[in-house]
Amino acid sequence: MSINVIKPGLATAIQDKGREGYYHLGIPPSGAMDQYSMTLANLLVNNDEGDAVLECALLGPELLFQQDTIVAVCGARMSPKVDGAVMPLNTSFLIKAGQTLSFAYPTAGARAYLAVAGGIDVPMTLGSRATYTLGALGGYQGRRLEAGDELPIGKPKKAAKEGQHLPTECIPPIEKEMPLRMITGMYIHRLTDDAVERFFEDTWTVGSEADRIGYRFKGGRAMEFKPRQQPFGAGSDPSNIVDACYPIGSIQIPAGKEPIVLHRDAVSGGGYATIGTVISADMDLIGQMQPNYKTHFVPVNMAEALEARQLKQQQLDKVRHYLKI
Amino acid sequence: MLSQPIRYTFGGDEQLFAEISESMSLAAFFKSLGMVQAIEAQRIDGILDVCLANASFQVRFNPDVIHPDILLAKVKALESMAQNQSKQRLDTRIVEIPVLYNDPWTHETLMRFRDRHQDPNSTDLEYAARINGLKDVQAFIDAHCGSPWFVSMVGFVAGLPFMFQMVEQAKQLEVPKYLSPRTDTPKQTLGHGGCFGCIYSVRGAGGYQMFGVTPAPIYDPQQTLSYLKDSMVFFRTGDIVQFKPIDRAEYDRILEEVENGTFAPKTQAFTFDLKDYQADPEQYKKTMMEVLYVD
Repeated sequence: MSINVIKPGLATAIQDKGREGYYHLGIPPSGAMDQYSMTLANLLVNNDEGDAVLECALLGPELLFQQDTIVAVCGARMSPKVDGAVMPLNTSFLIKAGQTLSFAYPTAGARAYLAVAGGIDVPMTLGSRATYTLGALGGYQGRRLEAGDELPIGKPKKAAKEGQHLPTECIPPIEKEMPLRMITGMYIHRLTDDAVERFFEDTWTVGSEADRIGYRFKGGRAMEFKPRQQPFGAGSDPSNIVDACYPIGSIQIPAGKEPIVLHRDAVSGGGYATIGTVISADMDLIGQMQPNYKTHFVPVNMAEALEARQLKQQQLDKVRHYLKI
Repeated sequence: MLSQPIRYTFGGDEQLFAEISESMSLAAFFKSLGMVQAIEAQRIDGILDVCLANASFQVRFNPDVIHPDILLAKVKALESMAQNQSKQRLDTRIVEIPVLYNDPWTHETLMRFRDRHQDPNSTDLEYAARINGLKDVQAFIDAHCGSPWFVSMVGFVAGLPFMFQMVEQAKQLEVPKYLSPRTDTPKQTLGHGGCFGCIYSVRGAGGYQMFGVTPAPIYDPQQTLSYLKDSMVFFRTGDIVQFKPIDRAEYDRILEEVENGTFAPKTQAFTFDLKDYQADPEQYKKTMMEVLYVD
């Protein structure tokens, strides 16, 4: 049994925890951009935490269910609607065979995660069902959903219940301005001291080029790189380096103008100097930023990054305990 | 040869980045390769991936399994071992890649993006020939396919090889990237930026100058061609690539073979020795071509 895609929405794709071990071939992890919300949705329908979900960006899809299915929607505040009737977010509910699920416009956030009991059951590619569109890999035929697609639903391993919900304190707030913590390093020594100061002082606004590969920020002042005799092979612009690896979350500033933060479909390397990397605990926040949301970059040290990561895991433990999983 | 210490820096809490050298050289690549091999051989718990780049490398890890400081200490401890064990020999392959230089598709694309180019009044090939002091486009193509290339990194997008030409530094072809990246590049375009050549494995954005196109697929998630059965990504770091200029008729013929599923690039196994190469590069390149073209 399956789900029929009536309208695909703006950029709906199958995602999960992502694939590891192929970044050295240029194949990035992919997977949900807001991993925390994806996990919450899976927990609510009693799935394995790594089961595949639908990531619905900004304008949600319209889906016709062919079987009775328990589902849950977490992440962006895009209220689910069953045959037009609004259903709660962050709560499991039943959709009956023949009913249609659609979504309201987001009142906050950019990506909603729809988990269905049993998970979306497309074949695994390189250990994951995550869609990597640039490489036409994984997900549904390596691409975003299109009208007419039929998504197979897996057989639930554990029974799902209607009306499961989350402790309020475990639902992360989504604001129009959210700071992003980062560990400085990489090639930040290439920037002038003034430029580094400006980078942390300025408010940065999400531009229109914001997708799963990366988010481009605008609105801050231009930054200068220290002049130097460019090393052999680096290219002539002072923001160029000999092409090197890009960490997931790394921040580059081509020509000193607009910072780009790479996300889970990152290009794996290139010739622009990176100046630091957003910490893993804050990567989910980027996934919920719409164009025109604002941020400040906040430098933290490794200990603080690891503590933030742990806090998030403790939140999930709380949810597991609450749902008695 | 490369005595400067490796510079380590963390890429957030999930990546350790290491710069061998700020500038590109085969010596820097081999030192980086030695480190990557040493790290992989240790099978350290918590390491997700080790990525080799031209003159640097990156370890992606799970900090819940291994503390970043412990990982850094373990990697540093491998430095002397990597240096001692490095024989600077590499079991690899020599591959012939057919290229239609100055093809109609990259030409159409580069004309669409002239406003992002340093020299809107000439083509990428004309511009590259001029700034490299070569008399015309043909002289540039001759230089481009006149010596083999060494794959020093795979990445950017799935399966894209970065290549470093095996010629003395003064003869390296160097071009800047486009002033602002294009939003489109045909699949299997031959690109060039800085001193690096590349083959765009998929259609998409790109900033490298465009010189031609190969009919040979190098990435295929469907894995229909015989040489992509083992891995959907054809190129590996360390591969040696010889470009063969072809005309439109041969391009079309190869394309037919690709569609029939019968095409495979000419490939020979080869053990590359950096010291032997550096001792007499011209002779060594002749030997490599004998290996490639002997039947």
